[in-house]
Amino acid sequence: MNIGVVVFPGSNCDHDCEYIFKDVLGQSVKLIWHKDTLPAGLDAVVLPGGFSYGDYLRTGAIARFSPVMGAVKTFAREGGLVIGICNGFQILLEAGLLPGVMLRNTSLNFICKDVYVKVENAATRFTNRCESGQVLKIPIAHADGNYYTDPVTLGGIKANAQVIFRYCTAEGKVTPEANPNGSLDNIAGIMNADGNVLGMMPHPERSAETVLGNEDGRLIFLSILSAFGKSEQQSRLVSV
Amino acid sequence: MKSLVITQAILEQHKLSEDEYKKILEILGREPNWTELGMFSAMWSEHCSYKSSRIHLKKLPTTGPRVVQGPGENAGAVDIGDGLCAVFKMESHNHPSFIEPYQGAATGVGGILRDIFTMGARPIALLNSLRFGDLDNANTRHLLKGVVSGIAGYGNCMGVPTVGGEIVFNDIYALNPLVNVFCVGIARKDKIFLGKAAGVGNPVIYFGSKTGRDGIHGATMASDSFDEEAAQKRPTVQVGDPFTEKLLLEACLELMAGDCLVGIQDMGAAGLTSSACEMASREGTGVELELADVPRREPGMTPYEIMLSESQERMLMVAKAGREDEVINICRKWDLDVAVIGRVTDTGKVVLKENGQIVAEIPAKALADDGPRYDRPSSPPAYQEMLQSLNYDALPDVKDANAALLELLGSPTIASKRWVYEQYDHMVRTNTMVRPGSDAAVLRVKGTNKALALSVDCNGRYCLLNPYEGAKIAIAECARNLACSGAEPIGVTDCLNFGNPQRPEVMWQFVLAIEGLKDACEALSVPIVSGNVSLYNETNDLSIYPTPMIGMVGLIEEADHTATQWFKQAGDVIILLGRTKEDLGGTEYLKIVHHREQGSPPLLNLEEERAVQACTIRLIREGLVQSAHDCSDGGLAVALAECCVSGPDGQIGAVVQLPLDGLRRDALLFGESQSRILLSVEQDQADSVLNAARNAGVPASRIGVVGGSRLMIRVDGDQRVAGCTIDLEVPNVHERWASAIPRALGQD
Repeated sequence: MNIGVVVFPGSNCDHDCEYIFKDVLGQSVKLIWHKDTLPAGLDAVVLPGGFSYGDYLRTGAIARFSPVMGAVKTFAREGGLVIGICNGFQILLEAGLLPGVMLRNTSLNFICKDVYVKVENAATRFTNRCESGQVLKIPIAHADGNYYTDPVTLGGIKANAQVIFRYCTAEGKVTPEANPNGSLDNIAGIMNADGNVLGMMPHPERSAETVLGNEDGRLIFLSILSAFGKSEQQSRLVSV
Repeated sequence: MKSLVITQAILEQHKLSEDEYKKILEILGREPNWTELGMFSAMWSEHCSYKSSRIHLKKLPTTGPRVVQGPGENAGAVDIGDGLCAVFKMESHNHPSFIEPYQGAATGVGGILRDIFTMGARPIALLNSLRFGDLDNANTRHLLKGVVSGIAGYGNCMGVPTVGGEIVFNDIYALNPLVNVFCVGIARKDKIFLGKAAGVGNPVIYFGSKTGRDGIHGATMASDSFDEEAAQKRPTVQVGDPFTEKLLLEACLELMAGDCLVGIQDMGAAGLTSSACEMASREGTGVELELADVPRREPGMTPYEIMLSESQERMLMVAKAGREDEVINICRKWDLDVAVIGRVTDTGKVVLKENGQIVAEIPAKALADDGPRYDRPSSPPAYQEMLQSLNYDALPDVKDANAALLELLGSPTIASKRWVYEQYDHMVRTNTMVRPGSDAAVLRVKGTNKALALSVDCNGRYCLLNPYEGAKIAIAECARNLACSGAEPIGVTDCLNFGNPQRPEVMWQFVLAIEGLKDACEALSVPIVSGNVSLYNETNDLSIYPTPMIGMVGLIEEADHTATQWFKQAGDVIILLGRTKEDLGGTEYLKIVHHREQGSPPLLNLEEERAVQACTIRLIREGLVQSAHDCSDGGLAVALAECCVSGPDGQIGAVVQLPLDGLRRDALLFGESQSRILLSVEQDQADSVLNAARNAGVPASRIGVVGGSRLMIRVDGDQRVAGCTIDLEVPNVHERWASAIPRALGQD
């Protein structure tokens, strides 16, 4: 696969996403500077986590004006696969590629820890290697992951099976105690109506290798590969 | 140059003594002007010149086969093989954090990160050592919250994980908290960059943020004692901008990937003054700068203000002549201010001009290296004997060991620090194999099979009671934390926090602590490659405990050969390495239960320490160890409890039987004898582990079994108590340990 990872000023999970696709899964990855446009021939675009523009105005609010975002919108409109993780999800919301907004965590603190999410829809290009209802352990790391939208939109995305991940207990129960940030309906990740744009707060790239003690997140990346009829290549070591 | 009359009041304001001023007159052969006086004041401050400490620091061992860069540069570097180096340093931001906790801590993180990436290393981990007063004090809670969010705010945004640290709460730090930050980066051994202004005619280039009127005289403030007026020093604290620093980091690494750079240094304490004169002094050159070309936040700034501003996120570099455009284009790509502000000269002087007119002219070496040196008088404090003497016969032995254990686990110093580290992104860059909450953090090194283990440590109370032993123990315990992770220690950075060096008792502590560090480093064959000294940690004439904080880097050759501190599975056998003696002096138990900070701290035998560490590392490498945990604050009982409750995937009980061997019960359970490590091993490996330890000359005994839902510790040969001395439900133990800090903070 040809993957493009967008680098906004302040992105800080760009190298991690590159590492997973390139070094762990053996795919071809380009880092794309936000002032450039998308190169031709990409299969998927990743908007990585981080603090684009320092999160100084509101998470993702400035990044959506980055020159590359015009190309990302076109790419998405034409059916290209786009995944936004954490700050990438926030940017997708601000850019209108996904519905809703992010509020500050109810604790008002940044939270970094493992959480459990339930796969609500396994029939997507991002989750086809998961079972429906499967519980994944994936870490979160954010201060603004409290998803919110109006009741009509919420009804719509639920009815349309666009809610992909919900925070749950280790046993898969979706409870208020399992919700780390106050997110509406325990929502951890959603997809657009066309099924080609995913935003999720948890970081699957941080839980996709045995050396890090957890491979649950790898299923997301393997699902994307499967959607393109690919399987992972022999992983290889590269110099730092 | 304008002349001015230097009065006693002006000198005092600049913290320069009369003798120091005489030396300035000798160097210049004339009176300094206002700008020059300010530059001398900053560079000759304790913070920048190490004038009270330098003659003692020379005694520290700084060499070894792995050392690529020792002290004197922005950071130290040690070889980790595969053509790579670990680049690291620790620094304090104590005074600013007391005045303004969020920004003080944040800019502390920013400063240490710049020291690392200035060397050409990508920072991969941050740790911190914090000291606060007691949490029942509202101001301490304010400071803790502010410092933690400052560290989180800066480190998280930079995308450098904060993977570990330690916090001690003691009233002695109430008006002088300590914020020490330790950063580690990875660089290619053949691409280490140094702060040198080489090549006469090469351009001196400024890049990063603009210069503003903030932090002026920060270095001088940091070299001062505090009183009730401390809050008025807020304008000397800088304001951090982690977003700009992130751009600066990426721009630097992109510049360094090419070959246009000659030397580079960050503008930390004493800002443009220190970077300019240090870079020239190291190379024996001079620099000539045009201040009108320095990017500024506001008009009307004087040369004095420009030279002494400590605005953050700024860098000074020397590039190859003719390559200016390359540098400028990369900086502009990252939206950073950049300007050629001068040239390298052969005059040996820092010459400053403002619109072509000379406004200052000082020999670079005089500012950077020829500052005053003091061999300050030292003598033990009058109270030292009283501190060390403790009549144990007058202390009743523990009656309710259950209650004592719970009290210790619920004391904030020992309790879980989850509330703190969950606010730090400790996983970004996907290297963190062992997260905060074990003896050491472990990070894989991408592109190799290796991993690094990182730890910080210091017991200030031990150092108060016996500065030599306390400092020795700080090194030994830090190395022991690494050994428990399977890592061999390869380098040390230190951050020596002490009181006012003009007090002989403080110098006495300092000199003895240096001896302790030296002996321990030599015995464990680990060099000190970088560090920082923070003096004048006193408020209202009360000095902090001497706190020589240690940061240590350990190498794990095969990343799989690592261990964590928590018990893994029922049936595993618990083995104690090392000997338990009657070591109650200076313990957390004495403080928490008997409200005494007295006695002789445990004495450490470096040969025993070396043996127990080597043995543990070998056993972990051989795959025989399920868990390994250092016995420290709170002794054996607390260490066992931590093994039961600190695992990320749930808790497990243990049944332990200890021989009394003529000790007091409290010493057996809560004493802090050094050189002890708790292992758990699979049942069928227990005998071979015990034999291996004994063959290595390490005392080893089977003391119990993992499993069940209770923590039970029986004491054999105790006539006074039948049955269990400690018998608690593990969930109760966990609850007390896990909830202490959130509960203490919930008082607001």
